[in-house]
Amino acid sequence: MVTCNNISLDQKDIAIETRDLNIYYGSKHAIKNLSMQIKKLDITAFIGPSGCGKSTYLRALNRMNDLIPITKTTGKILFDGININDKNVDLATIRQKIGMVWQKPNPFNKSIYENIVFALKYYGIRQKQILDEIVEDSLRKVALWDEVKDRLHKSALALSGGQQQRLCIARAIATKPEILLLDEPTSALDPISSGKIEELLFELKQDYTIIIVTHNMQQAGRISSYTAFFLLGDLIEYDETNVIFTNPVVDKTNDYIMGRFG
Amino acid sequence: MNVKVIDKIATVIFYTIAIIITLILFGLLCFILVKGLSGISWDFLTKPPENLRAGGGVGPQIFNSFFLLLLTMLFTIPLGIGGGIYLAEYSKPNTITYAARLVIEVLSSLPSIVVGLFGLLIFVQKLGMGFSLFSGALVLMIFNLPLMIRITEQSLRAVPVEQKEASLAMGISHWKTITSIMLPIALPGIITGTILTAGRAFGEAAALMFTAGMSSPPLDFTNWNPLAPNSPINPFRPASTLAVHIWKINSEGLIPDAAQIAASASAVLVICVLFFNILSRWIGKLIYKKFTAA
Repeated sequence: MVTCNNISLDQKDIAIETRDLNIYYGSKHAIKNLSMQIKKLDITAFIGPSGCGKSTYLRALNRMNDLIPITKTTGKILFDGININDKNVDLATIRQKIGMVWQKPNPFNKSIYENIVFALKYYGIRQKQILDEIVEDSLRKVALWDEVKDRLHKSALALSGGQQQRLCIARAIATKPEILLLDEPTSALDPISSGKIEELLFELKQDYTIIIVTHNMQQAGRISSYTAFFLLGDLIEYDETNVIFTNPVVDKTNDYIMGRFG
Repeated sequence: MNVKVIDKIATVIFYTIAIIITLILFGLLCFILVKGLSGISWDFLTKPPENLRAGGGVGPQIFNSFFLLLLTMLFTIPLGIGGGIYLAEYSKPNTITYAARLVIEVLSSLPSIVVGLFGLLIFVQKLGMGFSLFSGALVLMIFNLPLMIRITEQSLRAVPVEQKEASLAMGISHWKTITSIMLPIALPGIITGTILTAGRAFGEAAALMFTAGMSSPPLDFTNWNPLAPNSPINPFRPASTLAVHIWKINSEGLIPDAAQIAASASAVLVICVLFFNILSRWIGKLIYKKFTAA
């Protein structure tokens, strides 16, 4: 397979790195020999047709594939100097530092307030004043505070889809992660809500490393600085976003971006 | 035939079925209540039954039914929910799980009389518990566990996987995810299971005749020492429940007004079940609200 990986970063700029990562999903080889580095405090987009392995790869980065018994992951995922693809690492600590947001908004079946403080309370933060501050701070960061401040103790399921998704992002950043993994976060939303989330991600990249899986080429082009194109488990091309979208090296990348397949 | 006509016919058939079922149930309920309500008085609800003369009540039997239900639930709910959690969340697809499922399925299809005789042999005789509420509650637990486990497992499996993932992805432990995220969502289903098992505990007679016994000692409702033989809350005394009492006076009662007493006791039993259903749904709603802010 023709692979063109033009991204090689200084050690201090790497948020997370994989080396020779292979993921098997039952008998399917979902990710093949993947080595790539993700830039710190920036947005990296994963694109590719359905079934290319991009979501599987994303889920590997905070070990969510562990939930699916038939997956097997080999190789190294280096984060904060340790290989987190190791049986002995503490999953709780990793997942605290690498947050995740899904395609379908999935707020807990609890109040808006409880959605954000649930994990914090679990980590042992008890003082109401601190919890209140984090709730307000997180909701302000996702521009949801003004819309919900009067109904913090009402059910989160009563919010609109776009609001729910912003709440999920607020929930993810409330635990102060270093990396945010977003699996098609806007594909279930209307264009206006999607636009709000995109603006939000642009703001958030000052504080968080963001990795986003998307099927929306314009979205990848608008918000990301780096783009990786996957096909059938292979990383085909990885470069700065403007290069991928204006002058890709591999023909397949060009074909996909031009909409010739996928 | 035209698709629209078929659709109309199907609709009519299903409506008819629904109406027939409702009518049968409604008719049955009316029959029981009409025949029974005339005999219900304060005395009937509070007095102990007579052995030879007319005019006895079912006071102790009502109390026994509720007390036995409480004991049964005390055994069934923790074990049933625990088993359901194990099967839904922890069991691996191996032979042990397969065997466990098989046993549960067989257990759920055992006739209650067989479970009763098993109780007589093991709890009443071998373990020396005698005819007692305790033996009765254990037998009802065996009888109800399969249903409780199955319903808990299904309710937990029906929880959207996104909810579970959202919690785990924040580093929250599996156990905390189960108790704080999944169980509250599964609660309405589990409540339904509880009501179903409770209904069976109320209505069961065959399994209880040999375990909880067919008679009740004279009870002194001022004696709350749980070890005294005439104390109502002594779990080791024999206790006939309403359903057993109905069966007993119908088949071997010597009192002249046996038919009327059986009819009235049946009405009381139906009202008790109804009352319990409404109560537990109401409590379930309160708990659900507390956990979900819905």
